[in-house]
Amino acid sequence: MIESPPPMPAGAAKVSLFRRLLTHPTGVVSMVLLVLVALASVLAPLLATHDPNTASVQQVLAKAGSEHILGADSAGRDVFSRLLFAGQFSLAGALVALAVALILGVTAGLAAGYYGGWFDSVSSWLTGLMMALPGMVVLLAARAVVGPSMWLSMMIFGVLLSPAFFRLVYASVTAVRNELYVDAARVSGLSDVRIIGRHILTVVRAPVIIQSAMVLGIAIAIQAGLEFLGLGDRNIPTWGSMLNDGFINIFKSPTLVLWPALIIGLVCIALTLLANAMRDELERSRGPVKKSHKAAAAEAAADAEGAAEKRGAAAVVHADEPNEDAGEILLEVTDLGVGYDQPDGSTTHVVNHVNLTVRRGEVHGLVGESGSGKTQTAFSILRLLPQGGRITGGSIFFEGQDLAQLSEKEMTKVRGKRIAYIPQEPMSNLDSAFTIGSQLMEPMRVCLGISKAEARKRALSLLAKVGIPNPERTFDAYPHQISGGMAQRVLIAGAVSCEPDLLIADEPTTALDVTVQAEVLNLLRELQDELNMGVILVTHNFGVVADLCDRVTVMQTGRVVETGPVRSIFNHAQHPYTRQLLGAILEDTAPRGQYTLKELKGVAS
Amino acid sequence: MTETLLDIKDVVVEYPSKGFRKEPFKALKGVSLDIRQGETVGLVGESGSGKTTLGRAVLGLAPVTGGGIKYRGREISKATRAQRRDLSHEIQVVFQDPYTSLNPSMTIEQILTEPLTVRKVGRQAANKRVAELLDQVRLPPGAAHRLPREFSGGQRQRVAIARALALDPKLIVCDEPVSALDLSTQARVMELFIEIQERTGVAYLFVSHDLAVVRHLSHRVAVMYHGEIVEWGDGEQVTGAPEHPYTQRLFMAAPIPDPDRQAQHRADRLRLLELQREQDVQAGVA
Repeated sequence: MIESPPPMPAGAAKVSLFRRLLTHPTGVVSMVLLVLVALASVLAPLLATHDPNTASVQQVLAKAGSEHILGADSAGRDVFSRLLFAGQFSLAGALVALAVALILGVTAGLAAGYYGGWFDSVSSWLTGLMMALPGMVVLLAARAVVGPSMWLSMMIFGVLLSPAFFRLVYASVTAVRNELYVDAARVSGLSDVRIIGRHILTVVRAPVIIQSAMVLGIAIAIQAGLEFLGLGDRNIPTWGSMLNDGFINIFKSPTLVLWPALIIGLVCIALTLLANAMRDELERSRGPVKKSHKAAAAEAAADAEGAAEKRGAAAVVHADEPNEDAGEILLEVTDLGVGYDQPDGSTTHVVNHVNLTVRRGEVHGLVGESGSGKTQTAFSILRLLPQGGRITGGSIFFEGQDLAQLSEKEMTKVRGKRIAYIPQEPMSNLDSAFTIGSQLMEPMRVCLGISKAEARKRALSLLAKVGIPNPERTFDAYPHQISGGMAQRVLIAGAVSCEPDLLIADEPTTALDVTVQAEVLNLLRELQDELNMGVILVTHNFGVVADLCDRVTVMQTGRVVETGPVRSIFNHAQHPYTRQLLGAILEDTAPRGQYTLKELKGVAS
Repeated sequence: MTETLLDIKDVVVEYPSKGFRKEPFKALKGVSLDIRQGETVGLVGESGSGKTTLGRAVLGLAPVTGGGIKYRGREISKATRAQRRDLSHEIQVVFQDPYTSLNPSMTIEQILTEPLTVRKVGRQAANKRVAELLDQVRLPPGAAHRLPREFSGGQRQRVAIARALALDPKLIVCDEPVSALDLSTQARVMELFIEIQERTGVAYLFVSHDLAVVRHLSHRVAVMYHGEIVEWGDGEQVTGAPEHPYTQRLFMAAPIPDPDRQAQHRADRLRLLELQREQDVQAGVA
């Protein structure tokens, strides 16, 4: 009875971000540049040709040459050596700011997001306050109070930057805090520290790394800005102070300003590009998964195709029951194919060679498990396939027109008016910003071209018709004020408001409780009788099929395996897949029975 | 006489309402239930009936404000974090949604060893245990180094079951564990539940809205409605000949997968509703 799990795609293990960055061109270039700058700064004592602070009157503004590779500045100090040593201080200063911001922002974000409560309120309020403060002004004020210390001003800047991390971490943590796997970890007895470290930190790690690269760039730029204004510590060389010196002497020695400006610019650009590259790589990591998922579906479809061909078996078609008063054919789907275009130019087929006939006054059940293509088939009839999906072949004849060939404009006339749709999730299909009444009236006024007063009258009578006890009140209510069952009734009222010929219901009762489901099924039956519509009922529930359907089409991996009148399918299913589905029904199985001691055999007590 | 494993007495769960001095929302209004060793107790009800809340209360994930929950005579409704940790090898959980109950960034092996590391099981012993667990839920040993996203819904649910089994619990709270699965997958996962119970003697508190599923798995069944248990007893009795009007309505509402019998069932349901309405009217008059 136990399924043998299908073979799993090999080698989809985690690939580290670093390795993936190596394949990203801008990622590699910016990493190499940053590593070079960092190395040069660290190895400054070895690389430098002069002491960075030794002034020499002879060498003031010396040109580049054998003595000074990049010349000397206004105090006769070697520019190249200063550039190297300045890297130490500039980078270290930026790292100090980053570290402060990280420690404050990430810890506070984790704690506020995970525990909530008063700490959450206080820290969110503080964050708002800090973000409202103008950073540069605060730094200038701080300098006036604590004096020209590069380290202190960078620490203060770190505090000012911490909201960037706080908000990022806070948002991610609140999103995962209530995930079931966090609950499962609690039940396993893990401590909060461990849960945060193991389950929550992993979620915020990637965005924090990206943000860090950005923040580092900002810190370097701001620090250079402060030093350029002459507000830094005069005793240590930094890129900003070199920029200041070069700017003062821009007419005497224009190249002085070039080198620090170049290196600040390059480092900032490299950091930003690196952050972008990391984001690209992390987002792409979801790409291949989706692709491989679809590819797997395609493979499965291809396998099924191959298997079907091998068996030489098309769909099993049951003969109509004799003296069945068949209505006129309303919808004839022939050889329908639906595919999704892939980024690599290929197409993944999710529906293959599907034939489907729906007569007027008939409820046609479209049954299958997830991935069988039943919803895709229904959506292609409405021509509402999700992004990237398209009809790849076949025809959909509805009252003499091929819907597959209609333009979007012509289709608009058919949709809603001639073919209506009932969705699975009633709540997400009502706009919470408008009253029920206005959402019911709008389509009627467009489709039927009736006045507002007329539409209101019809809407109220429709609400009464779908069994809503107080139509007036529901008419004026907003969607959040009514229950799920009521919302589904409203959507059914909306679907039949323009008296369509064909109704497509996509799992209309799956989201509802069983007692509500029974009511909604009754309602659908009454309306269908009254309006003599054709109905396509997409479902996976055989109880619903037995309750409502006249004919059934069973789908598996994008193709029809069996079709026929409902009784033939239930009583004389021929295709192995249909039998398997029917065999999985539990309704008729025996109850578990009495609890006996016998079942405890082998239990050490 | 078999031992009573879990004894739930008059449990009340209240969630504070938003707004100043508002009445708290009572999710459970005094629920009593007991589970014996190796037994499956089914908990049926519609959305908002409190069935999931009861499961969460047993797990310590919902605030119990009244009554008590005793596990082998030990009061656990107010257990501290440390006491909970001790309970973790007694009471475990399988959640409904196999897509969100496994951390997407951890491999199956990491997921399964996590509860073991809390118990300070050594690395080698843990690896051995993982292999055993995967075998128990019929997953290939190679699954250990893969990520949850590489598995189908049914396979993920097997992983979740394996995680629950990792510490050899005596009771597993199953919160709609098969509701998100396809019909045939659902049947196989249910067989797995029964098989594991028969082999290990674990007890289940099986929460589901699906009457057929509960009927198939449970020795005893409780029906919940608006935060209370309206009917409670032997599974065959409750699902076969329900006595409470709500239970009767609930069971009549579920469609039977056979067109002819369903037509009959539908007519019976309408008759029952009519009858209950009349009784209500009479009761109102009297």
